[in-house]
Amino acid sequence: MALILLSNAGFADPIIVQSTTSTQNSGLYEYLLPVFEDETGIEIRVVAVGTGQALKNAQNCDGDMLITHAKAAEQEFVAQGFGIARHDLMYNDFIIVGPANDPAGVAGLKTASDALTAIAKANAPFASRGDNSGTHQAELTLWPEDPAPSSGDWYLETGSGMGPTLNAAIGLSAYTLTDRATWVSFGNKGDHVILLEGDPALFNQYGVIVVNPSHCPNANIEDADTFQTWLLGPAGQSAIAGFQVDGQQLFTPNAANP
Amino acid sequence: MMNDFAGAFRQAFGLIVTADAELLQIIGLSLQVTLSAVAIAAMIGLPIGALLAVSRFTGRGVVIVLMNAAMGLPPVVVGLTLYMLFSQAGPLAVLSLLYTPAAMIIAQTVLVTPIIIALTRMTIASLMLEHGETLLAMRASASQRIITLLIEARPALITALLAGMGRALAEVGAVMIVGGNINHATRVMTTAIALETSRGELALALALGIILLGLSLSINAAAMLLRPKDIGLVHAH
Amino acid sequence: MHTSAKVLTFPPHAPVVETAVAITNLHISDGPTAILQGIDLTLSSGGITGLIGPNGAGKSVLLRSIAGLLTPNRGQVCVATELGAPAMVFQKPVLLRRSVKANLIHALKIAGVPRHQRAGRLAEILVMTQLTTHAEAPARRLSGGEQQRLAFGRALAADPGLLLLDEPTASLDPASTAAIEVLIKQTAARGVKVILVTHDQAQARRLCDDIAFLHHGRILEQGPAQQVLTTPQTQTAQTYLDGALLL
Repeated sequence: MALILLSNAGFADPIIVQSTTSTQNSGLYEYLLPVFEDETGIEIRVVAVGTGQALKNAQNCDGDMLITHAKAAEQEFVAQGFGIARHDLMYNDFIIVGPANDPAGVAGLKTASDALTAIAKANAPFASRGDNSGTHQAELTLWPEDPAPSSGDWYLETGSGMGPTLNAAIGLSAYTLTDRATWVSFGNKGDHVILLEGDPALFNQYGVIVVNPSHCPNANIEDADTFQTWLLGPAGQSAIAGFQVDGQQLFTPNAANP
Repeated sequence: MMNDFAGAFRQAFGLIVTADAELLQIIGLSLQVTLSAVAIAAMIGLPIGALLAVSRFTGRGVVIVLMNAAMGLPPVVVGLTLYMLFSQAGPLAVLSLLYTPAAMIIAQTVLVTPIIIALTRMTIASLMLEHGETLLAMRASASQRIITLLIEARPALITALLAGMGRALAEVGAVMIVGGNINHATRVMTTAIALETSRGELALALALGIILLGLSLSINAAAMLLRPKDIGLVHAH
Repeated sequence: MHTSAKVLTFPPHAPVVETAVAITNLHISDGPTAILQGIDLTLSSGGITGLIGPNGAGKSVLLRSIAGLLTPNRGQVCVATELGAPAMVFQKPVLLRRSVKANLIHALKIAGVPRHQRAGRLAEILVMTQLTTHAEAPARRLSGGEQQRLAFGRALAADPGLLLLDEPTASLDPASTAAIEVLIKQTAARGVKVILVTHDQAQARRLCDDIAFLHHGRILEQGPAQQVLTTPQTQTAQTYLDGALLL
């Protein structure tokens, strides 16, 4: 009895968004969703996991749309017929943070690759997501040598989200790669500081995809489409631009003008 | 770090006295999910545990070993298994249970039932040694014997239910996967703590932990007060 | 639960049952150890039958097999159906952790006494066992003697025609023993057949109409109490009655 009453409360089916964690951890959704829900009456439920798991869950049709940040994987998702189309939504950038005493001498270097090389040469601890998330996929492309380092005494794969990985990096005085939004809104910075930023290679593009109804016939395509159109349109884009933490704008909208 | 501890207690206190609406919703859902799960687990586990104690059948030993081992089921594995069942790509997709409180109740029921079965079986087996011959001499039927012993075992069974509830209330791995930690929909105390930890809001996370502990304490105290009156209770097996 | 003993059906309309219990060639063993080795015993209805003998003679096992709690390896136990299911009182009462009243109501329920008759039966049993003032007391807080009276009252809940008593006073002081003996006599006086296992010869003399003497799982003597207790036919029984240890 309780089981029946509890499932699917509410009138219309809510949209389920499979999302990367950075957008949730930074508080973007708590800012954006009430605006959209007030306008449309459509309820949005966000399941925040890493980009890799988000894509996998959406492939299982356990979500109606995706907000993720691994362009190649997203394009592959669409190419395989799981999504209708991929749209650029917004961007920010990745940064390398580390202990203020900077044992590997990363501060002052120009490129992420140089920074990671310095960290590897110094055998300075580096915390990697190791979870196939967007950030993890970005990190793997930045290591100068191929393949990227294997987990060892200095290269530590936490296998968990950005937040837990930052907590680990701070606990271990390790370097790590993080998106700026998560970092700025992160509450446990310890004595870690941003040591490298501004390398074009650290560009972090977020995309939005509505799942393909021919693959997921039960998906709430209509409402997901409404949300996507809103996000990519002027209202959504200016809302994204207006989201600030500690006076900093965390995401820059860059949807292609319709 | 010491500041964090002090801050955690301050924040916990602040959240409680201001009766933070979001917190109340999360606490409410935690209680709803866990109490439902324990109630269902009790309906399944008490009779099965009692039956295992009073009956003899081939394979009984295997069932007991399996149930005892199931007490150690990793919540993540339970969550993952249920995700694969309830997923739109899974065999039970038609139930539309994924990311609902119902799925979380099922996950916790799976985790709690073996505990209740094992503790009930132990309790009833020892009472059976004591009362079995008397009940047989009274010509009590099998169901009458089981019901009599379950009632007789109330104090120990309440402890079993509390042990089960402790596991359900503290569990995060399973409800995170099948519930999705969706704000205002499936966020419970443990998943909220995990979220705040991942946001680096350690003091807030700890504050929620303190409140969860207080919740658990209140439930245990209430159970203690509601215990059947001491009528020659000499045992707490 | 009387499946272990095959029940003889006496003529259903017989006004008086002549034979209460008929046991033929009863063998019971516990694993390799033979406990009862061919018991033949016929007990007429009414009165108090004593089962006496040294420890390990098989008295309690015989009583349990009459109660249907033990399955014979060979032979059969027949109880007159008119007597209903036998009720039993053990040496150590095992009471529920509830009040005196709740223990009796539980027994009345299990005995199948209809709801509207329970209050009356309850009051009757409380009076008989002199526990009326203790009705609301926790059963496990009663004295040993009171607990045994309650166990006795519980056995009467089903209004049995056959009452089996397994050394019911062995753990009691003389005053408590006297109270139980009064209950036994009252019960027998109402026409209930009583079988009493006891190792107390004086008690057997006070209560029993007839006696069977067991040794090593066999019945060595059976007859009127006076006869068995004063002029036994076997040397073993004589030795036992003289107070010597039987090995």
